[in-house]
Amino acid sequence: MSRKPARVLIAKPGLDGHDRGAKVIARALRDAGMEVIYTGLRQTPEMIAEAALQEDVDVVGLSILSGAHLTLVPRVREAMNAVDLGDVPIIVGGIIPEVDHAALKAHGVAAIFGPGTSTDTIRDFINDLTAARNVE
Amino acid sequence: MSNDLTELVLAGNRRAVARLLTVVEAQEAQPYLAKLFLHTGRAWVVGITGSPGSGKSTLVTALARHYRAQGKTVAIIAVDPTSPYSGGAILGDRIRMRDLAGDSGVFIRSMATRGSLGGLAQTTRDMIRVFDAAGFEYVLVETVGAGQSEIEIVRVASTTIVVEAPGMGDDIQAIKAGILEIADILVVNKCDRIGAAQTVRALRSMLEIGHPTRTSHHGQWMETSHTSAAPVPSMWVPPVLQTVATENRGIPELAEAVESHRAFRQGQPDDAEARERARAELLERMNSALLKMAYTLLPSDVIEPALDRILAKQADPQSVVDDFVTTLFPDKITRQG
Repeated sequence: MSRKPARVLIAKPGLDGHDRGAKVIARALRDAGMEVIYTGLRQTPEMIAEAALQEDVDVVGLSILSGAHLTLVPRVREAMNAVDLGDVPIIVGGIIPEVDHAALKAHGVAAIFGPGTSTDTIRDFINDLTAARNVE
Repeated sequence: MSNDLTELVLAGNRRAVARLLTVVEAQEAQPYLAKLFLHTGRAWVVGITGSPGSGKSTLVTALARHYRAQGKTVAIIAVDPTSPYSGGAILGDRIRMRDLAGDSGVFIRSMATRGSLGGLAQTTRDMIRVFDAAGFEYVLVETVGAGQSEIEIVRVASTTIVVEAPGMGDDIQAIKAGILEIADILVVNKCDRIGAAQTVRALRSMLEIGHPTRTSHHGQWMETSHTSAAPVPSMWVPPVLQTVATENRGIPELAEAVESHRAFRQGQPDDAEARERARAELLERMNSALLKMAYTLLPSDVIEPALDRILAKQADPQSVVDDFVTTLFPDKITRQG
């Protein structure tokens, strides 16, 4: 058993109200032994950045099903950079068309998980990510 | 940035505070805490406890907003349970604290209970000290809402608020739960609901039993007479307040009650309670330090053979422990007895 469980912020930026996916992920990560801070709906990029800072999380997961990911994700990244969280990775889940993946990754998104992704895949990805961060 | 971290926290740097809280939770913050201790003792710590669903998070948010309107800075520690199966946790108190987002005078930290052997109170104390040293004027600690960990956490608070909601059991439930012993202030939240007046009445009448300096007789408050010659120590009688936290009703009165309790505590001639708290903390820390030492010093291969002996009825558990202690402190065996 590791001494320090990974801390993950799960947030829903913007206006869409579909939070089932976010809750499923939160639950799966809890069952994988992580501490999941769930912020609820309709978060602004600044709110997400501030929550990530206060909670000292290892990774921020954004759930977006509104189609606004190309607007929201870069703003969250900027807001996080602005509070000195440039080193905290962002992962994105939800409905993200294949064609937008490259653009999001160019904005520093570590991974994108679409519908049908196994929660094990997400868990393993976060574990690898935090293991790498702890070595630094 | 190890030495800097202390300085940054003292300067109120938010990322440094967040980072140090993580180190505290990992039980590795002692070098920092030793330095910060000198700078603590200014914040007023308010513990908020009560059954799940009584509205603690909403009440904490309303109270925090009240303090912010007065220009006071507020830190919030929101505790949620760790899953005993996976060791993970979902920390969801921020959902109801949305109104506080974007205010740099507020710092919210979610905390999982983790599996610490009675160490939750210590971790909470240490987190409070980090916020205290960073200059936060109020630290609000919101507990899980169930079980013994409540009482453990609440003992670290200077003022303890117990939140009830109407229709959550009769007055005997309240006594059983032990909440009257720990409450400095009782709040009946959601008092726009049916049954609020009844809950208030039940709590008031239970309080009278526990606070014999005055009593209600046919609706009149009367001082009780004391036959002993010893002066009656002044006593804090917990007020029973009514709030509707979602509408901010009763919140100014609640904040006022916190200030009254603070004035009462600080006005006690020799703060005997502070001494008792310091004693409790010292003993707790001694327990865990000695336990840790014992685990380190005992040869790692003694536990399994000891279990074999116990299961084979060759030795009873206490005798085995006594043997361990003798092994650890061979010079002190004469003190046994």
